[in-house]
Amino acid sequence: MTAVVPGEIMVAQAAREIRDGERVFVGMRLPLIAFVVAKRTHAPSAIGLFELGIVRDEPAPELLYTMGDPANVRGATWCARTVDLMGLLARGEVDAGFIGGAEVDQRGDLNTTAIGADRAHPTVQLPGSGGAADIASLAKRLIVIMPHDKRRLRERVDFITTPGHGPDRGWRERVGLRGGGPSVLITTLGVFRFEDGRAVLASYHPGASVDRVRAETGWDLRVASDVHETEPPSDTVLTIIRGYDPHGFWTRRGE
Amino acid sequence: MAEAVRRHVPDGARVALGCALEPAIPFALAHELVRQERRDLRLVGPISDVAFDLLIGAGCVAEIDAAWVGNVSAGLAHCYRRAMEQGVPRRITVRDHSNFSIGLALLAGALGAPYIPTRSLLGTDLARANGTFREAASPFDGSNVLLIPAIEPDVAVIAVQRSDEDGNAQLWGPWGVSQEAALAAKAVIVVADELADPAVVRADPNRTIAPAFKVAAVVVQPGACHPSPLQDRYDRDHEFFHEYHRATRTPDGFDAWVREWVLDLPDHDAYLAKLGDRWEALRNKEMAR
Repeated sequence: MTAVVPGEIMVAQAAREIRDGERVFVGMRLPLIAFVVAKRTHAPSAIGLFELGIVRDEPAPELLYTMGDPANVRGATWCARTVDLMGLLARGEVDAGFIGGAEVDQRGDLNTTAIGADRAHPTVQLPGSGGAADIASLAKRLIVIMPHDKRRLRERVDFITTPGHGPDRGWRERVGLRGGGPSVLITTLGVFRFEDGRAVLASYHPGASVDRVRAETGWDLRVASDVHETEPPSDTVLTIIRGYDPHGFWTRRGE
Repeated sequence: MAEAVRRHVPDGARVALGCALEPAIPFALAHELVRQERRDLRLVGPISDVAFDLLIGAGCVAEIDAAWVGNVSAGLAHCYRRAMEQGVPRRITVRDHSNFSIGLALLAGALGAPYIPTRSLLGTDLARANGTFREAASPFDGSNVLLIPAIEPDVAVIAVQRSDEDGNAQLWGPWGVSQEAALAAKAVIVVADELADPAVVRADPNRTIAPAFKVAAVVVQPGACHPSPLQDRYDRDHEFFHEYHRATRTPDGFDAWVREWVLDLPDHDAYLAKLGDRWEALRNKEMAR
């Protein structure tokens, strides 16, 4: 096996977050491959939901560039409307969802809308929520995947596109959000868990370290007492990842 | 196509397109809007892949209600960035949505309801920045809800695999928010890959997206969604999206791209001919399955 890249470590970790039998809002890019890994290893009966209106109990047989590729429709068990899929989410019938973003803060708020203080005159215009804000609002548990650097892991994000755990305990319940919010943040350098609504470093990836994570994190880093190295992907998992994405279209694009 | 755009999409029209999300985006109609130099359009859609970016870059757009404007497999949308960051080629107004909220807004329109409440987006800047949503207490249990007001587009453009002459249009694969958009709109333009015998439609009416009396025009245009895919007809041209991404980094690059792929071509048949073998390969790949 050639050297493992961060994208592969992230996929392997994301796959571990999917439990067998769960209904998962899959999303694109790395989570898509994580769903494939989970299905072929420890979670064969997980169900994948795609917000444009697709439910699958088997991953698409070929690499997807978008969730709407014909290969993701063929072999689907349900093909419907976006509001139908979102309705399942809103009813609390979806266990977990994956999202990414340009910026994240310690509370698990994500910004996928715009960088800069004024929404109408952004420094950098980002694409926007897509379904991410809905998934973050409504899924029982949220898995966040992001590249790790100081400009992205910020004390406060400029714009809260997708809600994290808020300023204090009970905030989500108070504003009326029924979903559980972020449970884990997987970056190119490590894995954070949320304790009392704040991100705590649980593990650093092989080749990284607590110091390196601290240097690349824009908030005052909290570290779990049992912080350890992230379990690297097994050869079996690497074989699945590289078989599905042989040219590293998603795993080697620097996420 | 040219006639449908001339007759049904005036300057300033509120137009829903790209409603199936990544697949079945009517790029051919977007190109015709650019050729006819439409101005001040108010676009409505969930994600649009690069169709909205293209229309923004060509100066056709004044306002957007959308959940996402970008290039799904390649990254950020350069024209959208230039418009928002620098006002180039012009400033546009954006009302941020999520995929659920745009779906609910169109569903409310489709139902003839003033709004639909949701528990999504509560507590976010998105909910506030949109400017049209309102937070309220449910009159039934007092819980917080966000009210999403109806959107009723002047015209919804729906690309489908087949339609009869009357406009009974059949789309399969995921519908995204297509049906809500078609029912909420004052008029629908159907862009069909093929003209179907009415008997074919009547044999399988569950695939029909809306009754034909909603449809103002049926345009039969094979390949109208390229580079996006159309289920069972042609696959997605991933590389085309990436080429667009690279080519449109600068305003000059965008202008050159639009000249090459839109303005210098009289119509979509010429566009497909220019794609040549590449188009045939995408069609053969999907038709052979």
